[in-house]
Amino acid sequence: MNPIRKKRLYSILLVFLFSVSGISLILYSLNSNLDYFFTPTELKNVDIPSEKRIKIGGMVLEDSVQRYKSEISFIITDYENSINVVFEGIVPDLFKEGSGVVALGFIKNEIFYAQEVLAKHDENYMPPNLNLENDN
Amino acid sequence: MIKKFIHQFASPKTYLFQVNKFYNYIFYISISIYVLSITWGLLFVPEDFVQGNSFRIIYLHVPASFLSQSLYAAMAIASVTYLIWRVKLAAYLIIAIAPIGAMVTFIALSSGSIWGIPTWGTWWQWDARITSTLILFIMYLGLISLHGSFSNYEKADKLLSWLVIVGFVNIPIIKKSVDWWSTLHQSASITLTNKPSIDPSMLYPLIGSTIGFFGLIICLVIISSKVQIIKRESTKSWIKDYV
Repeated sequence: MNPIRKKRLYSILLVFLFSVSGISLILYSLNSNLDYFFTPTELKNVDIPSEKRIKIGGMVLEDSVQRYKSEISFIITDYENSINVVFEGIVPDLFKEGSGVVALGFIKNEIFYAQEVLAKHDENYMPPNLNLENDN
Repeated sequence: MIKKFIHQFASPKTYLFQVNKFYNYIFYISISIYVLSITWGLLFVPEDFVQGNSFRIIYLHVPASFLSQSLYAAMAIASVTYLIWRVKLAAYLIIAIAPIGAMVTFIALSSGSIWGIPTWGTWWQWDARITSTLILFIMYLGLISLHGSFSNYEKADKLLSWLVIVGFVNIPIIKKSVDWWSTLHQSASITLTNKPSIDPSMLYPLIGSTIGFFGLIICLVIISSKVQIIKRESTKSWIKDYV
């Protein structure tokens, strides 16, 4: 490679290096602010003012879903810590015990009052009959 | 011999006259793979154990998302080639790819939104994966309008190349966003290191539709780059022979 081209290559690498380090610093300082939700364990460690709108995510604990009229209550857990959730409205079709969930709302007296409930599914895809075989 | 081939093909004139030879092969092979895989995926693949039939939009969403990042990587390679070797064809390719990249990113975002309604229960959330892909879409639009705002093509090409390189940092961020932060979007089903977490019966048509879509987009890039050559070399005498 002749010297001029080599110089151009170095300046490209330098510009890219600046770009990467700039963005890395920004992302590093934003840190957990880029997280989409809190897990129940993270909730224990941060101080969130009562009635501030936040999102929490985790799994719906098995046998925790209870319905009265249009209200539904369940427990979101990360299998270390958990939190009680109350929600009035329609949950997505994929909302199920033992599967992922994200809820938007606020905490009051240790109870999470959700205003919106979203289902979070995982990266596994398989036909239903295969799933039964795996369970047995 | 390869070096000679690349040298010849990098001349806009040779490219314009010779590329049609490859075009037909790529087009017919990729459209047959694509149609076959999409039909297979939409009609004959069993439904998913959680998502039922709504998971089938994966056969549109994954190829589009994959291409939205690959096309940006292609633009970055073309930018480096242009800045170091001053290959004119590379500069034409950058601006030829940009609108196609924007279109494919739009398909990825909208198919993701459509998929989100029956599964997540929402069509838009500001999680890291969705937001970084939206940034990619806006970057494509920004690059196109920036290039259009110059009357001097050479200046526009140089500035565009630099910006493409600066913006390339977004590509690994999109890729790793689901691992670095908690997101609503699930993590990758297909990785280089682990066994795919998608059943083989669903995986093969997905690979097929991605390859087919890739080939069809290459065809679009070829057409779009020919348009750029004709536009930018319009004063040359050999253009008349082609047109």
